[in-house]
Amino acid sequence: MSILIDSDTKLVVSGLTGREGTFHGLNNRRYGTDLVAGVTPGKGGQDVEGVPIFNTVHDAVSETGANTSMVFVPPRFAADAVLEAADAGVELVICITEGIPAHDMLRVYTHLKRTSTRLIGPNCPGVLSPGKANVGIIPAHFFSPGGVGLVSRSGTLTYQIGNEIAGRGFGNSTIVGIGGDPVVGSSFIDVIALFEADPETELIVMCGEIGGDEEERTADYIAEHVSKPVVAYIAGFTAPPGKTMGHAGAIVSGSKGTAAAKAEALEAKGVRVGRTPTEVAEIAASTLGAAAA
Amino acid sequence: MDLLEYQGKQLFAKHGVPIPEGRPATSPGEAAEAADALGYPVVVKAQVLIGGRGKAGGIKLAKDRTEVEQHAAAILGMDIRGLTVREVYIEKASDIAEEYYAAIVFDRSARAPLVMLSRMGGMDVEEIAESDPKAIVRVHIDPLVGFQDFHGRLLAFEAGIAEDVIRPVGALLAKLYDTFVEEDAMLVEVNPLLVTGDRQVVALDSKFTVDGSALWRHPDTAAFRNPSADDPQEAMARERGLTYVKLDGDIGILGNGAGLVMSTLDVVAQAGGQPANFLDAGGGSKAEAIVDAVEVILSDPKVRAVLFNIFGGITRCDEVARGLVTAFGQIDVKVPFVVRLDGTNDEEGRRILAEADLPGVHVEKTMLGAAARVVELAAGS
Repeated sequence: MSILIDSDTKLVVSGLTGREGTFHGLNNRRYGTDLVAGVTPGKGGQDVEGVPIFNTVHDAVSETGANTSMVFVPPRFAADAVLEAADAGVELVICITEGIPAHDMLRVYTHLKRTSTRLIGPNCPGVLSPGKANVGIIPAHFFSPGGVGLVSRSGTLTYQIGNEIAGRGFGNSTIVGIGGDPVVGSSFIDVIALFEADPETELIVMCGEIGGDEEERTADYIAEHVSKPVVAYIAGFTAPPGKTMGHAGAIVSGSKGTAAAKAEALEAKGVRVGRTPTEVAEIAASTLGAAAA
Repeated sequence: MDLLEYQGKQLFAKHGVPIPEGRPATSPGEAAEAADALGYPVVVKAQVLIGGRGKAGGIKLAKDRTEVEQHAAAILGMDIRGLTVREVYIEKASDIAEEYYAAIVFDRSARAPLVMLSRMGGMDVEEIAESDPKAIVRVHIDPLVGFQDFHGRLLAFEAGIAEDVIRPVGALLAKLYDTFVEEDAMLVEVNPLLVTGDRQVVALDSKFTVDGSALWRHPDTAAFRNPSADDPQEAMARERGLTYVKLDGDIGILGNGAGLVMSTLDVVAQAGGQPANFLDAGGGSKAEAIVDAVEVILSDPKVRAVLFNIFGGITRCDEVARGLVTAFGQIDVKVPFVVRLDGTNDEEGRRILAEADLPGVHVEKTMLGAAARVVELAAGS
């Protein structure tokens, strides 16, 4: 088992004919992901290395049975592509695009809550279930199947921590980048609930950062609903207030959203917080090692 | 992106939010001309992106041309909590009957716009919240439904504002909501929201934050950016398309990916160092971007050592190494560098650096090892 994506995933990529879309879409296919279609309006009937291109997501779904969409189009078209995938009945949309206006995402988020479509991202590296499927830009060769569920607001930091955990001999059930924007489709809580229900996941690592109050809310959720061990990391202790630290959502507003407050909130609810990526990996490895012994 | 008071008011006016008449000026002469055109008395207001202008002496009433020139001369160039005043706003003076507070914020936590109204205007919202939390009335708006007339009535009646202005305050809030959505704002705040002696409702101040990701559809707002107010390194980085935040320390930092860079700053601080900046070279960094990044980091004279922390995903470590070699060929580098390359093509990257044998470049294998090394070098150089 794993969460969100696996060997039953049938992937349609919005923006497959673009340079980045082609590169990463085909990369995902080489990993073993069942890439069934691409969508580019006006290029219906063409193909990208054997992958058929359709004019609409609706056509792609009815012709190929696609159940997962990856959105790889520029920011000004991305909200539209997410809504199109949802309208075509796609169950899971993974949006990689960075720089979508926050108001656009607010409308998309509010609409999707009224449908059965789940959104991961935007501004995220995607989802990887090692050995089964990879949707997005996560460099899969660092990761192998195993019991650690990893959920993060950041890409490279996830690779750093995941790699340190792998170096200690542990693999992953699924790695989920939820994205670094102020409004994302799925929260830490949404993903942790899936890991809690997933029999393969033995331990959950969450990688948060400054801004918003997601980590604080997640702490409360973990205390009430999660039986599996959770290890956390928070980035941005040295971030000054009022400055956006790369991710649109990573900003300390006044005294709100600081790393210290998040780490405290998690620790108060019994979640162990590593102070460096290395320490997170050490805690995860010793917890799993103790469970195995 | 934060807007100056008068810039925010221009956007208010565009959407029909009533404001007093006014004009910006950059010299006492211009200020006097503006005041002559508006008619006396006027208020001369410092335009800086910080609160507490009034207390700092940055807002003055002027009853004639001489006073306008005097006040403008005193305020222009004034330092208000570390910011230099480069523009003043000359505004027709308003007589004040009531001061209310209105704001709309992009509430991330609730994932909805939050409209707030209070009859206790003129002080900070934090102060209002502290002295009388119930005095701030809050309503979340469904972004797919939008602000309705009843929202305005609900807010106005609950806030306990004067009955004769319930309708105009509601109308102003509706227009403020239009401004918030159509201008892609993350925050619009009107404090005070003024009721004049003849019972007109106007926005006497504006605090306005626009979503930087939406500037492509607001070219006029994008043009408001005032480069003179920026830190020189931050301006240079923006011109080159790099994500850079200036900090106070002496260790220059470059990494790929916002989360990893934030984590790198933290790890350096834990090792006893002080980061000079945040610089995210981004995904898929090419050699030219690395050259630009090195130039930006070294343009800060406080930098005594530099740490490159790269975990290659899309970014290839060999590209980063080549970029660093090129940068050292173009720039006279006087401070030590610590480079940690891990991930995609890391061995090739380390081989390139070993062959180039750049002066003062130290290669480390782990993030913690690299942080400790750069702190040591910054202290010793």
